[in-house]
Amino acid sequence: MDWPAVGLTVQLAFGTAAILLVLGLPVAYWLATTRRRFKFVIEALVALPILLPPTVLGFYLLLALGPRSPLGSMVLSWTGTAIPFSFTGILAASVVFNLPFAVRPFTSAFAAVNRRFLEASWCLGVSPTATFFRIALPLAWPGVLTGVVLSFAHAVGEFGVVLMVGGNIPGVTRTISLVVYDQVQALDYAAAHRTASVLLAFSFVVLCATFATQRRVLPI
Amino acid sequence: MDGMRLLLLIFFLMIWGCRKEQPDGQSSSASAKHPEQITVAAAADLKFALDELLVAFCAHHPDVQVTATYGSSGSLFVQISNGAPFDLFLSADMAYPQKLIEQGLAVYESAFRYANGHLVIWVRADSPLDPAALGMSALVEPSVRKVAIANPQHAPYGRAAVAAFESAGLYDSLRDRLVLGENVAQAAQFVESGAADVGVIALSLALSPAMRDKGRYWEIPQDRHPPIEPGGVILNRAKDSAGAQQLRAWIVGPGGRSILKRYGFFSPDE
Repeated sequence: MDWPAVGLTVQLAFGTAAILLVLGLPVAYWLATTRRRFKFVIEALVALPILLPPTVLGFYLLLALGPRSPLGSMVLSWTGTAIPFSFTGILAASVVFNLPFAVRPFTSAFAAVNRRFLEASWCLGVSPTATFFRIALPLAWPGVLTGVVLSFAHAVGEFGVVLMVGGNIPGVTRTISLVVYDQVQALDYAAAHRTASVLLAFSFVVLCATFATQRRVLPI
Repeated sequence: MDGMRLLLLIFFLMIWGCRKEQPDGQSSSASAKHPEQITVAAAADLKFALDELLVAFCAHHPDVQVTATYGSSGSLFVQISNGAPFDLFLSADMAYPQKLIEQGLAVYESAFRYANGHLVIWVRADSPLDPAALGMSALVEPSVRKVAIANPQHAPYGRAAVAAFESAGLYDSLRDRLVLGENVAQAAQFVESGAADVGVIALSLALSPAMRDKGRYWEIPQDRHPPIEPGGVILNRAKDSAGAQQLRAWIVGPGGRSILKRYGFFSPDE
């Protein structure tokens, strides 16, 4: 096993899931509770990475984060390093393409919370923020966990966007799924088998755990 | 509230996980304790030769650590011109290092040629075809369904392969049988795995330990295609790097030459 790549991938996946938990919960809660008509536009935007080819996403992220873009040049002048082909770059890309994998389960979990509980809480004078943390989040929690786990697992497995934005640099942006690609091209099928079977087992276990949680087989 | 607490715990674990030591690919201090890190972007035809060369280089230069990324020269060129943090670029076609010099991204004085590239027709050992007897016409045998080449849009070996097909007047009949690898190593993998019947690949890959005993090849005469002229250059970010200079010197020096020669990379004057 290519352990530096495993470490890097775990960091990337944890980082992605953590950022999406912070960014995704408010968006999902808003989507689940708002009665605004144009919310379908936001829903479509959030779901876009599911349908977009990774090449399209990678191409635009490269343009948006590159040293010639306003954002990229700002970061370059502050930190002295460009975002593409760095860990920050693949983390940013990973957050974008995993957005639907976190926000959609979050949203359906919040939507399943009986609105009467929220309204009762608001009427009793509890602030909307406190209502969110004390009523909505605890009730929606299995769905939130599903979103976190799915975005974590999907971040581990993403290939195209990471290759385009990260450039496959060992120790910096070469994640475990890129290692499989390299091992196959190096005709090292034994190593590719080892890496790929670990990923296969990992994905299967994650999905089993997710579905078990949803059916309440596992006591979380 | 148990679920909530667990969620918070997971969240803090995640934050903690992210804070763990960031890989420092950027450090370039060459003190004895911290070996200098050099990153090389290398054309895919170097895949096996450079791996071996780097092992030998690092044995002689324990103060330098080298990591290599392989790809088609064209896509590596695009990455470098978009700011990818490489120190040394080894391209299958000297045109890309030259373009980087013109863009002000590479050091003019450091540009070097290290070999001539050779193109071969490769088949698996169990293939009924004999490329040595058939030559170019092996590609249009009725039993051949798929011919693997590197993507001619950004891989020099792919461009050379298409040029060779055109000069032999075979391109039109071959067009529908071509499968394109992202780079020449992937094209080699396509044919080595049996997914394609014939591959037009780099001699260096055909001579690699991973492929040597698995198939037969025939070299396409050099006059059938424009010359493949691999070359390298040190990129601007490494212009003061001792390690990058040492690696460049090693590749063109006797240590590198002897390894490159075994992979069919003869220097222009050999």
